Amino acid sequence: MLSTVEKEQIEHEIRQVPVKKAACIEALKIVQEHRRWVSDEGIQDVADILEMSPAEVDSVATFYNLIFRQPVGRHIILLCDSISCYVMGLNALHEELVSILGIKYGQTTEDGRFTLLPNPCLGTCDHAPALMVDHDLYRDLRPESIANILEKYT
Amino acid sequence: MNIYIDNKKYEIKEGKNLLEACLQLGLNLPYFCWHPALGSVGACRQCAIKLYKDEDDTKGRLVMGCMEPVRENVRISLEDSDAKGFREQVIGWLMTNHPHDCAVCDEGGSCHLQDMTVMAGHNYRDYRFTKRTYNNQDLGPFLNHEMNRCIQCYRCVRYYKDYAGGKDLDVFAAHNHVYFGRCGDGKLESEFSGNLAEVCPTGVFTDKTLQSHYTRKWDLTYAPSICQGCSLGCNVSAGERYGTLRQIANRYNGEVNGYFLCDRGRYGYEFVNSQQRIYEPAIRPHSNGTVNKEHIIEVVAEKIKKGKVIGIGSPRASLESNFALKQLVGTDNFYLGMSDSDHDHTGLALKILKEGPVRTPSLHEMEQADAVLILGEDITNTAPLMALAVRQAARQQPIHDTEQQLHLAPWQDAPMREAIQDKKGPLFILNTFPTKLDELATAIHRGAPDNLARIAFALAAKLGADITPVSDLHEDEKELVTRMADALMAAKSSLIIAGYGSGCDHFMKAAANISWALQQQGRTPMLSLTLPECNSLGLEILGGHRLDSAIDVVKQGEADTIIILENDLYRRADEHVIDEMFKHAKEVILVDHLYNQTAEKATVILPAGTFAEADGTLVNNEGRAQRFFQVFVPKGSVQESWRWFLQIADKAIIPRLNGLQNLDDIIWAMCVAVPFLEKVQQIAPHADFRINGQKIPRESHRYSGRTANLAKENVSEPKPSDDIDTPLSFTMEGYRGEPPAPLIPYFWSPGWNSVQSVNKYQTEIGGHLHGGDPGLRLLEPHVNGKPHYFREAPDHFVPIPGHVQVMPMYNIFGSEELSMYTKGIAQSSQDFFCMYMNPEDMHQWGVSPGIWVSFDVDHHTYQMVAVPNHWLPRGIAALNAGLPKSKIIDLPQCIRLCGSESLHIAR
Amino acid sequence: MERPLTQHITFPPLGLRQYEAVGGYQAARKAIRHMQPQEVTALVKDSNMKGRGGAGFSTGMKWSFVPMNVQGPKYLICNADEMEPGTFKDRWLLEGNPHQLIEGMIVAAYAIQATESFVFMRWAYKVAAEEIRKAIQEAYDAGYLGKNILGTGYSLEMHLHTGVGRYMCGEETALLNSLEGKRATPRSKPPFPQVSGLFGKPTIVNNVETLCYIPHIVNKGADWFQKLSLTADGGTKIYGVSGHVKNPGAWELPMGITLRELIEEHAGGMQDGYRFRGVLPGGASTDFLVEEHMDIQLDFAGVAAAGSRLGTGTMIVLDDQTCPVGFVHNLEHFFAQESCGFCTPCREGLPWTEKLLWAIEQGRGRMEDLELLESQTRLLGPGNTFCALAPGAMEPLQSALKYFREDFERHIKEEGCPYNHHHHHLHSTGHEHLHR
Repeated sequence: MLSTVEKEQIEHEIRQVPVKKAACIEALKIVQEHRRWVSDEGIQDVADILEMSPAEVDSVATFYNLIFRQPVGRHIILLCDSISCYVMGLNALHEELVSILGIKYGQTTEDGRFTLLPNPCLGTCDHAPALMVDHDLYRDLRPESIANILEKYT
Repeated sequence: MNIYIDNKKYEIKEGKNLLEACLQLGLNLPYFCWHPALGSVGACRQCAIKLYKDEDDTKGRLVMGCMEPVRENVRISLEDSDAKGFREQVIGWLMTNHPHDCAVCDEGGSCHLQDMTVMAGHNYRDYRFTKRTYNNQDLGPFLNHEMNRCIQCYRCVRYYKDYAGGKDLDVFAAHNHVYFGRCGDGKLESEFSGNLAEVCPTGVFTDKTLQSHYTRKWDLTYAPSICQGCSLGCNVSAGERYGTLRQIANRYNGEVNGYFLCDRGRYGYEFVNSQQRIYEPAIRPHSNGTVNKEHIIEVVAEKIKKGKVIGIGSPRASLESNFALKQLVGTDNFYLGMSDSDHDHTGLALKILKEGPVRTPSLHEMEQADAVLILGEDITNTAPLMALAVRQAARQQPIHDTEQQLHLAPWQDAPMREAIQDKKGPLFILNTFPTKLDELATAIHRGAPDNLARIAFALAAKLGADITPVSDLHEDEKELVTRMADALMAAKSSLIIAGYGSGCDHFMKAAANISWALQQQGRTPMLSLTLPECNSLGLEILGGHRLDSAIDVVKQGEADTIIILENDLYRRADEHVIDEMFKHAKEVILVDHLYNQTAEKATVILPAGTFAEADGTLVNNEGRAQRFFQVFVPKGSVQESWRWFLQIADKAIIPRLNGLQNLDDIIWAMCVAVPFLEKVQQIAPHADFRINGQKIPRESHRYSGRTANLAKENVSEPKPSDDIDTPLSFTMEGYRGEPPAPLIPYFWSPGWNSVQSVNKYQTEIGGHLHGGDPGLRLLEPHVNGKPHYFREAPDHFVPIPGHVQVMPMYNIFGSEELSMYTKGIAQSSQDFFCMYMNPEDMHQWGVSPGIWVSFDVDHHTYQMVAVPNHWLPRGIAALNAGLPKSKIIDLPQCIRLCGSESLHIAR
Repeated sequence: MERPLTQHITFPPLGLRQYEAVGGYQAARKAIRHMQPQEVTALVKDSNMKGRGGAGFSTGMKWSFVPMNVQGPKYLICNADEMEPGTFKDRWLLEGNPHQLIEGMIVAAYAIQATESFVFMRWAYKVAAEEIRKAIQEAYDAGYLGKNILGTGYSLEMHLHTGVGRYMCGEETALLNSLEGKRATPRSKPPFPQVSGLFGKPTIVNNVETLCYIPHIVNKGADWFQKLSLTADGGTKIYGVSGHVKNPGAWELPMGITLRELIEEHAGGMQDGYRFRGVLPGGASTDFLVEEHMDIQLDFAGVAAAGSRLGTGTMIVLDDQTCPVGFVHNLEHFFAQESCGFCTPCREGLPWTEKLLWAIEQGRGRMEDLELLESQTRLLGPGNTFCALAPGAMEPLQSALKYFREDFERHIKEEGCPYNHHHHHLHSTGHEHLHR
């Protein structure tokens, strides 16, 4: 069941577009913002409010890599794995993350704190290598700085 | 216009794309994502060709044939080495993930991917890494799912979602993880899901019923046949091996079913293999085992000579069998084995189509309609493929607009859909219940059938029909009438649909009035009427008495011997009525193929051939007479019903049938006796037809194992059976070229083993078969005749206290008798026999939901569970029609509520 | 030297009043009040400005294809889905001067008589999204957006849409599908979006940098724009450099400066201990340029003549410590992951290419793999695939095979990577598909 707030936010998005279906991605974003990921039930809820079929919504949801269809941790680490970061020391950064967190790409730490994901270019190539934790961008990184950054997120 | 392919000049019609053009010219250009019914999207990149600017351009550029329109003097090459190399590599790419499992794949031998792989010349694999794998889903009883084989051509979703309006199949994920399936396991919801098996170019979606008795296409014995599932008469290819029917495949007919079938039609064949089949004659109660065929013919002949005989025909039996029975018992003693309500509807439809000035369209013509009005008919359930046609029609108007505005051709599927978005042409639906087509409708109106029919009569009056005006419409109803009138008048070619499904014949009358009025206004409307069964119209044309008069005749002792043709009479009238008739009859002689409730009462049983074991002719709701051919020689003493009758007539010395031996004879006799049916003689070549002195083989030239099939019984190969009735042979021997369209057992062409070979049989891709589509129309309108309008609208429906007017509710799965022998269809059916009632009625008459309620029907009390349904207006109830063991058959009828258990408890 | 695009960039950016104080929204006032829509289009056409998104098509020409006499809505869309690896120029403009973009969009929308406009921004640009959101609100409050703008009767709505990933969204027709709430698969052209775009209506999609230029052209004219440049392609251009250079960054410079000037002067040359081996001049989907190209002019024609594309003008430098095979493998992994999965060559060809490169990088390569890779670069070329993603992916690969062939061969002969670095094992993202 969608919460009243989610419903209101989705209804607001529906009003911005000429057909309900066009609010599909916005609706998925809203559900994810509130629940961190979109469950099968979330897909059904979005389908209901947009008068779509669950399959149609899931078809969209599973296309985009930043809609999470599996549970994720409290914080998402997006490590830029594109070319400038690759040249500027991505490997060392990745190894440091793996050794601190003990997880691979796509996994969540046992305490549910972090999910580690690779992400194509974060658009800050002149300050490579870079990563994002939730909404925060970190640039010009060295492996040594990783531990400090992660500490901020509980 | 002229086009040049590899420097050779060809002529081709405008409006096509280059892939279609090449295929039409008989050239082999491989493709996957393009489908003649679905158009082009350019996803698979398989149909790459070279396109040159002009005669001097030697370099050219690679384009996709399916994406380029035919233009005057366009120069292309299929043979260019770049194009060939690229086409080969496309297969190479697909093979990086496609498993090498052809040997164990159901699609093997009829696989478009196999054919295209050979055609593109991709012989060796360069890819040495692991292949991507997926988990499969359980899609229900009709289809297998094997995603590892997927080549991501997107045809399945384009067909299922875009074309057929399905909601539960989609494409998930991205890049080379794309997955085609449902959100999770579960039966596919669309009534047209089975077509996925043919739309899919490889073995992802395959026929699950075929798998349960799997045989390769080349090992099946096929015959051209006609679906027995409803009145539309879709063309099918029926395939047999080892004496069992194993597959129904689509048989393309450009006018009728095109490329698709419904799931009832595709899967409803299992009754042919049923445990309930009757294989030997029986005289009862004395013998339940085998009776010598000669002997039983003598016995029946004797009984006929002695008795006062009547014959009861069947709307699910061929014209030939019905005619033979009619001749055997004499015209005056022949009764139509339809329920009286079916008879009324069919008779009315025949009158409207025969005498009225408006043409009834083929399914293909319906797809082109640019405004549709559906009156009281849930066509998804009563005439499924018509619903598929209406789905296409609903897009016609926006397609026409877009064609003009953006200069797009209809085959440019993706841009067309992007430009059209959710726009739809006019579609109006007046129906008591919601229907699946509602989602496309411009406007929907609900109510009691009579009240809806009044709106339709008002519409006819508005359009100028000379009828008694309908007063007392609500404001919103008046406004609806105006909207509908405007839309129908504005349309180039409107389509009015009505039928038998609501049990209310005023809909057909109103539909006739509306279409006639439009025609008088100078418009060119089409009128289509659904009918109950595969040969309802044929039987009505042959003519006979009503079933209720047969019952009277027997009860009054004017007849004592009843010959019943392929008919379970317990499905034609309420149980107590039929019981009563049988009680009065001395002999009940049944010619049928399944042991049913009527068979239990029969004194003599003769085993009849099903459609797969018999030849015959059916007339569909369009008045199109179509021939179905015997697929295989049946077990035991099974033979065509008409042949039983001819043999009995021979013994009983009935001059009317004297000397008739085979199919051509009986058709000839029928056409002499009923001149209206004269064209039936021309719908397929006669038995003596030969090409180069050869018959048309039912089996492929690769048919294997015939020397071994019966070796366990006898090592010497038996002589193949002769077919004395048709130009088809039961073996692989015969003419290997293209047969005339009505005689095509299955589609095959060198290099084209899958059903996609149909391209090679068409005069134009997606058009008619060579020599014209099979079947001949018997009914053409009296274009210059003045319409005789049905003047009176029904009265406003008024509920009778303590009573409900019960209307039928038809279901694609469950309402049709024979298809229910298929396990998957029975599983899919709404087989809970209950009475749907208006919730307020239930409250007022003290009927509690889910409790047994008693109803008085013609002084017989029946009990049923009542289920509230808020769509039902006050005073109206509904029953799922046609379910096995239904007690109340004759619908609609008014029945009295006599109490429920809850009432008893209260007392 | 004039730097019209970046002269007013500040962090945080100018608010609406401050932007007005430096001459902001004068172009919007001028265009809407005093120019016919067609005049605006003609002016932009005269300036000969080529789109800054990567393809380099004339902006004014693009606008002129919009039918002006049709009923119903029309759309203007700003493509701010900057996702080309190595590219970071639009972020600068979005974060540093959001009103400049909004003004450009208003003028562009007016020129095509659009009724609605969208900024389609990638998910990762959190700061930019906030600034744009604020600026749109300010523009509404000041009457530059909404009904009856500046009392002229012209109305325009503007929305910000932030994406949920996928490089494909940067392709203009895939972007339209995404804005319609659908999967971001590309559409076939024709019909072009100018005629049948968002929701089937006439639509223009322009890049951030392109739109930011519009106010300046309206204010100062086509000739002025032409004269900013050193070559026939007018204007200034934002160039960027990343990799092991001393001073990575982005600069607004006259169109047509040389590659040498950019790398040696503005980017400060190579870091100590690193030698220049090559550069992707316009993002991940452009061919390598190498030492011999150092003196070419960086405009659309100049880079094309050297066998590559100006693309986004943001360069990634390959140095001598980085393995070219690993470098290209990283790119092909990206492209394979970001293929939408619609057409066969891209969906199947890119993962195959990636696997071949990985095998070579890991010492499992075979000499014939190089022929296979070469054939893929030809077969995945322009026109063979549905959109430009795969042909773009082949550009760095084909040029790497040409310029760094000895590196590929050494990997194969020595059965391993001769560069002393750890392999970063790239994974598919794991979360994106169902539990199947």
